[in-house]
Amino acid sequence: MALSKNEIEGNFKDLHKPLNPQQALEESDRCLYCYDAPCIQACPTSIDIPTFIHQIRSDNSKGAALTILAENIMGGSCARVCPTEVLCQEACVLNTSHQQAVEIGLLQRHAVDELMEKSSQYPFQRAESTGKTIAIIGAGPAGLSCAHRLALLGHDVTIYEAKDKAGGLNEYGLAQYKMTDDYAQREVDFIKKIGGISIKNNQKLGVSISLEALKESYDAVFIGIGLTSTYSLGLENEQLLGVEDAVDFIERIRQSQDKSKLKVGKNVVVIGAGNTAIDAAVQAKKLGAKNVSLVYRRGQEHMSATQYEINLAKSNDIIIKTWSAPIKIKGKKKVKAVKFAQTKIKDKTLQMTNKSYQIKTDHLLKAIGQKLDNSSLATLKTDKGKITVDENYQTSSAGVFAGGDAIQSGEDLTVQAVEDGKQAAIAIDKYLNGEG
Amino acid sequence: MAIQKNNLKCNIAGIESINPFWLASAPPTDKYINVVRAFQAGWGGVVWKTLGEDPAVVNVSSRYGIHKNRNHIVGMNNIELISDRPLQTNLDEIIRVRKEWPNRVIIGSMMAVIEERAWKELAIKIAATGVQGLELNLGCPHGMCERGMGSAIGQVPEMVEKVTRWVKDVVDIPVFTKLTPNITNILWSAEAAQKGGCDAVALINTVNSITSVDLDKMAPTPTVDGKGTHGGYCGTAVKPIALNMVAEIKRNTDTKDLKISAIGGIETWKDAAEFIALGAHGLQVCTAAMLYGFRIIDDMIAGLSAWMDEKGYKSLDDFRGLAIANTVDWNDLNMNFDSKAKIDQDSCIECGRCHIACEDTSHQAITFDVSADGKRTFTVIDDECVGCNLCQHVCPVPACIEMVEVDNGLGYMNWSNNPLNPMNK
Repeated sequence: MALSKNEIEGNFKDLHKPLNPQQALEESDRCLYCYDAPCIQACPTSIDIPTFIHQIRSDNSKGAALTILAENIMGGSCARVCPTEVLCQEACVLNTSHQQAVEIGLLQRHAVDELMEKSSQYPFQRAESTGKTIAIIGAGPAGLSCAHRLALLGHDVTIYEAKDKAGGLNEYGLAQYKMTDDYAQREVDFIKKIGGISIKNNQKLGVSISLEALKESYDAVFIGIGLTSTYSLGLENEQLLGVEDAVDFIERIRQSQDKSKLKVGKNVVVIGAGNTAIDAAVQAKKLGAKNVSLVYRRGQEHMSATQYEINLAKSNDIIIKTWSAPIKIKGKKKVKAVKFAQTKIKDKTLQMTNKSYQIKTDHLLKAIGQKLDNSSLATLKTDKGKITVDENYQTSSAGVFAGGDAIQSGEDLTVQAVEDGKQAAIAIDKYLNGEG
Repeated sequence: MAIQKNNLKCNIAGIESINPFWLASAPPTDKYINVVRAFQAGWGGVVWKTLGEDPAVVNVSSRYGIHKNRNHIVGMNNIELISDRPLQTNLDEIIRVRKEWPNRVIIGSMMAVIEERAWKELAIKIAATGVQGLELNLGCPHGMCERGMGSAIGQVPEMVEKVTRWVKDVVDIPVFTKLTPNITNILWSAEAAQKGGCDAVALINTVNSITSVDLDKMAPTPTVDGKGTHGGYCGTAVKPIALNMVAEIKRNTDTKDLKISAIGGIETWKDAAEFIALGAHGLQVCTAAMLYGFRIIDDMIAGLSAWMDEKGYKSLDDFRGLAIANTVDWNDLNMNFDSKAKIDQDSCIECGRCHIACEDTSHQAITFDVSADGKRTFTVIDDECVGCNLCQHVCPVPACIEMVEVDNGLGYMNWSNNPLNPMNK
């Protein structure tokens, strides 16, 4: 039976309820205020976590927010979407004594939300104008972070964004329950408040803008375009109705005003094993799919989704099938079933066996990874599908910098993109001052 | 309701009590209903809220300020005065509770201006209710002292002696003289009370304090119509002050035989045991009951009794004052004794608190190393460690840092026989 509109809306509420002031005080009290704390080392943006928690405890939430935002201007969205269980909270020393780690993510959200909701004054002030201009391609976390730091340093920034809203994956690519309402846009507005940042939407690289032209018109260029192409399964019938890229499915959900009107299959099959696959599978279930199977060609221990995400899938009745590779998509106009071969590792390589089975499906979601669309980056060197940069985030073209998922820095995470943007901005500033 | 234990039966300055736990003179002992609830809960006795001559005082709103350590109240102060009900109302209620609860103790607390007539008349009236003893409130540090009562009397040893004698002259029940800690030397008032003939001293009364300043109102808390005043500080934060004053009296040759009803931050059975170990005969509790209710008596009784069983103490007398012999002047401490901190690497959780405490504020005796795989190791440099034990206190893991005695082959040597002491030249 289909879910009612109310049921669906309820399903997409905040997965983690924000802390109220009393909970924040109690949770902050659990922090041991470690010296040179492991959680700081584990944060890609090096937020001084013990200090901001100490500030919450001393009734200085605004100071806490500034400590966070000084290192990570997108501390609000990172608090919501970071896989803290493999970053700061994994490093928390309380784990060592078999206690639950401090809820760093929830505390960070508490502090930043307090500032964004209650403070009338903008906490940052721009340096005197340098007269320098920088073009940024892509208004995702890397681009926005880079823009804010450049604006702070007195430069003028124009961001060219392919879609009609800024925010990148925060706006288009997250499970709705990880970041609810219009937070992505509110955060963009908060970043823009610094001044000196203008965002031009619907400007796709290679269509309405080109790298060469931007290089001509600006003192420097930063590329933060992420990974916008998807892999295909390489099977026949991928064009059948009901076969969809998981990222498109996720985007449809995020952009819809009425989720009860969204199309979702009865028997959904998701192929993949990352957090995107889980975002798609869990949301399909929340939209009312009867059966959702997540199928992966290797074992559960090889899945790139975090344990937290895998548990989330299991608690949402997602059937996880491992050691299975898709070999045939069945159907005429519409997808009807997918046939899988069982796999095994032999001689250190993954091989298909001759055992197979099929799953009936009317909605097949592909979540087997994204890749760089380099069609308009022809002059730039790439390596293993990522834009090559030096230690200063500069590409093979002088004055052109890059960061985020489009380069190989750390994990493909929002928080890593923010760090890339920040560090690239500092490098661009040096470059413009002739120090680069 | 607490289960009473035979091993806690005691005698405090001639008064039999089913346990040593009494409620101190304060709001919890202000009325019939409070006292009955306390007795139902299992308290051995109460010191009724201080009575004065009519007309009764008028109290203000609000009355309490608190001192928090993070989320826990460690101290509280109050600016409440003595009982604000007519004297006769209190006396009638005391008579009623004495009848209904014959095996429990009621002590009448009293206060008056420094006039012989006033103290004697009031003492006679209260004693007539059948209370087992009287307590002279010479300690209240707020409000009453501005009217020449409370600590205004308690801070002058001659007045302490005089008031005690006036009351002893007219009653034949035990008299407890309650002392204020807001003085330079507790022995002066204890000796004065003893000279006046008291049967016991009760201490400490509250400590003069301002617990906090409201930064919006720019006034001390509690704030009364925009203004605040200093008040009496109590709660677990004052326990160390009270322990020291009890020990001072018990170590002093002239006062060591004084019976003591100990007051000051007693919240658990352990606190109680510590006061008794320093020689107290009875205990009075207030703040802990105000914060958590009378039910805290359950564990005070159960915990103290169980610990005594474990230690083989049959009665409170068996361990009373045992810690006094080991409470000495600094000059009698062994300067040759040495100990070093030892960190148990297996239970260390790598927080680094010991390192930064030692590095910044002590002796730079704990090294901090990070291995290639990120493991953080903290190690004590024995040659630099002076055994101060700051690291042991800041460590969040119980028993992770141990102070290990060093066998340096040196015998006992204190400052008196130390060659560095100029007096020995």
